[in-house]
Amino acid sequence: MSDLDALYRELILDHSKHPQHFGLAEEQADSGHSGTSHQRNPVCGDEITLRAFVDGETVTDVQWEGRGCSISQASASMLSDLVAEEGLSRAETVTLIEGFREALRSRGQLELDEDVYGDAAALSGVSKFSARVKCAMLAWVALEDAIAKA
Amino acid sequence: MTSPTPTALPALDAAKLREDFPILHQQVNGHPLVYLDSGATSQRPLPVLDAERDFLEHANAAVHRGAHTLAAEATELFEDARATVAGFVGARPEQLVWTSGATMGLNLVAYSIGNASAGAGAPASAGLALRPGDEIVTTAIEHHANLLPWQELAARTGAVLRHIPAHDDGTLDMDAAADIIGERTRIVAFTHVSNVLGIVNPVADLVALAQRVGALTVMDACQSAPHLPLDLPALGVDLAVFSGHKMLGPYGVGGLYGRSDVLEAMPPFLTGGSMITTVTLERAEYLPPPQRFEAGTQPIGPAIGLAAAVRYLDAVGLDRIHAHEGMLAERMRAGLAEIPGVRLLGDAPGAERVGLWSFDVEGVHAHDAGQFLDARGIAVRVGHHCAAPLHARYGVTASVRASTALYNTLDDVDALLDAASGIRPYFGV
Repeated sequence: MSDLDALYRELILDHSKHPQHFGLAEEQADSGHSGTSHQRNPVCGDEITLRAFVDGETVTDVQWEGRGCSISQASASMLSDLVAEEGLSRAETVTLIEGFREALRSRGQLELDEDVYGDAAALSGVSKFSARVKCAMLAWVALEDAIAKA
Repeated sequence: MTSPTPTALPALDAAKLREDFPILHQQVNGHPLVYLDSGATSQRPLPVLDAERDFLEHANAAVHRGAHTLAAEATELFEDARATVAGFVGARPEQLVWTSGATMGLNLVAYSIGNASAGAGAPASAGLALRPGDEIVTTAIEHHANLLPWQELAARTGAVLRHIPAHDDGTLDMDAAADIIGERTRIVAFTHVSNVLGIVNPVADLVALAQRVGALTVMDACQSAPHLPLDLPALGVDLAVFSGHKMLGPYGVGGLYGRSDVLEAMPPFLTGGSMITTVTLERAEYLPPPQRFEAGTQPIGPAIGLAAAVRYLDAVGLDRIHAHEGMLAERMRAGLAEIPGVRLLGDAPGAERVGLWSFDVEGVHAHDAGQFLDARGIAVRVGHHCAAPLHARYGVTASVRASTALYNTLDDVDALLDAASGIRPYFGV
């Protein structure tokens, strides 16, 4: 598989064309049960608005809207699938995000574990393309910020 | 302005010129490098690399101070470089201020006018002072470097910032310009050639509109200086800026051209060493231009490198470069227009252009398109190219830009066209 094909795995292109959990429920003020974060990539103007829902210590759901390249859109879609399915605690979610960041910054040295990261493990190939790491991180940074506010 | 290329001139031999650019002879991702990002930064020929190295090996010293031999030699080389670069844009040496680049040049002008507005340099500078309600006019197609300094200046002085809109085809709406540039207009700032659209703007018409109301003209010449014959005094602009690294020269050096009476009236922006006549603990008197605007140690080696760059451009001939790049642009336009889903930005029929095109690939984000091209060894720019309002005007957040220089060949263009036709199939759209 070429580096380009490793970057644009079929799974990534699928998610970018059919983004999961896309669309924010109508404008609502964040209460104690949700937090919203808006993030931009100033290089390309890509942006995402992500809302995390928290029940006590458990992150229960994620909704998002945004526009950008296939990597940033797929990453947001994969992340929301993962969070909605796993029912992780706040602390586990933060650990998940930190692990993702570490792998993405590893310049191809670390692979994401599919058992932990699900479809998002397909983003491991991004770490060889330093210019694209920000694209993949956008949604994860937004989630980090959103749960801190929730 | 630009005379048509005499048919007697032999065409530029880009394949031969490439021998002077070592960086171009390499493989990238298993393919020969196809460098189509000269709009962001150009590559440097050996004479430029040699000039800077030669200076550092034989004559390096601080200029305009010191009694020793190297200091005198460095000063001569530095001032000769000024004369050479000034001559390249049709100016006299004292009309050329060294800057670190075009962004610094534009900020220098904006901050100087801001200082004049606060009373600095009066009475000579009083004519430059802005008052609340005065208007600064720029365009909807500027690089952020020719927009943000004016936004900030307007905020500091209470002046109003207005914009000349662009047509769908990328040309400026000159009817609107005639309405917008009025009695309240004090500054008209515009780009000679947009770094996204590649169209040569109607400088003579913009200058005439500004002169009719006594407004100062400020021109961004970054994307014209290395691509077409440039005579700034003949164009009639009051001030103009360019960047060395976009015209085969080093990073960290650029030029600000000014009409002598305008520079004379401008108070300094940066203050410090090398720009004064007398200093007491309380106050200072400043040197005339250009030294008034050159506080601190200047980029001496880069300035000498830039002089070598403009000698290189002159030796090839700007008429020939303009014709060569125009030919590349035409081939690029024809090829890109045939690819399904590709939309060219600023496709004005018959417009005078430099050799660059920006385009949108329907259904594929610019970053993804650029990544695909990079895998074929093709270097293009993706994003908003520091012109976000322009992209908003044309309904996209980002685009792909392929920009040429004198060292690009038709093979480069054909490699781009071949690869670009594979973008949408690869991403399944």
